[in-house]
Amino acid sequence: MKRKTRTRFFLVSASVLAAVFLLGVLGLPPLGHYRGPYGDVVNALTVPERHVTDAVTLVNFDVRGFDTLGEEYILFTSVMAVALLLRRQRDEPRRRHRDHAPGRKGVEASDAVRVVSLVLSGILVTFGIYVVTHGQLTPGGGFQGGVILATAPLLMYVAGEFENFRRAVPRQLVHIAEALGACGYGLIGLATMAAGGAFLQNTLPFGTTGSIVSGGTIPLIDLSVGLEVSGGLAVLLIVYMEETLEHKEE
Amino acid sequence: MSYLPYVIAAWIFLVGLYGLITSRHLVHLIICLSVIQSSTYVLLVAIGYRTGAAAPVFADIPPGTPAVDSVVQAVMLTDVVVEVTVVALLLAFAVQTHKRHGTVDPDQLRALRG
Repeated sequence: MKRKTRTRFFLVSASVLAAVFLLGVLGLPPLGHYRGPYGDVVNALTVPERHVTDAVTLVNFDVRGFDTLGEEYILFTSVMAVALLLRRQRDEPRRRHRDHAPGRKGVEASDAVRVVSLVLSGILVTFGIYVVTHGQLTPGGGFQGGVILATAPLLMYVAGEFENFRRAVPRQLVHIAEALGACGYGLIGLATMAAGGAFLQNTLPFGTTGSIVSGGTIPLIDLSVGLEVSGGLAVLLIVYMEETLEHKEE
Repeated sequence: MSYLPYVIAAWIFLVGLYGLITSRHLVHLIICLSVIQSSTYVLLVAIGYRTGAAAPVFADIPPGTPAVDSVVQAVMLTDVVVEVTVVALLLAFAVQTHKRHGTVDPDQLRALRG
């Protein structure tokens, strides 16, 4: 199909789609007139029943903890798939990693970039750990904190050479972190069954509201998700960097 | 005015779709897909919004304060995670496509080759 024909065809079907969509949203309650009931139910039981203060984390790691297990495995599977797709093929020769194209001088990171990146990576690791561990109290949690943690190795790459990045973030270690995070979630579910509850039922004592260990199984799941997400994203970083750097050398 | 966010969501969706249809580069196409997906964020958060209500975090407000829907916000978080994984996977496919076929223009990828 020619481009013009395709675009015309699209414009016709897009206008139909837009009309049907607008018809659909006009049946929704207008903005600001939320009708519930699920959000209100969850918000009402956040503090009294689970002793946590962040309702979104409560939904993710307790109320629909089983769905989040699936979500975590979506992440795990796709990271594995990317690593599989970008693995070194049999017909590809093994090359030394260099961070610049052949025949061209590599650009050294300036002192300013180095200092800022190194200072920031320390702050980011602390901030990431804070966001992961305080998921049940303030906005944040394993997914957000894990992403923040994974930006630290990226800054390390920006600050120095690729080889330094590889030494600081050993591939084996991030694979282990990712695997531990992924199986930790399932093991918590099995442990709650062993304790006499349903799968992922929150059977631990809930603790004091506002404490870092409040919420029963929620902080544990938070930690395992944080480990999984930071490990998974670090694997993605490593895999993509090796791929790009190899290509630059061709 | 009260339906504006829904219309914006539809607009983002259609703009992303247009970019996807007319794309000449696989990476551009993947970014367009993530634009399409970001329309669902607007839609979800708009549905759960309540005028004058607080965020569903009861750390510094007393429990029982009217708050926006926490369920759609959790669903949106899932949405973001899925988008990241989809983009990562598709970019890997784009890299492989470039390696195998030497092009990233969808129009020049005529036939499937093993």
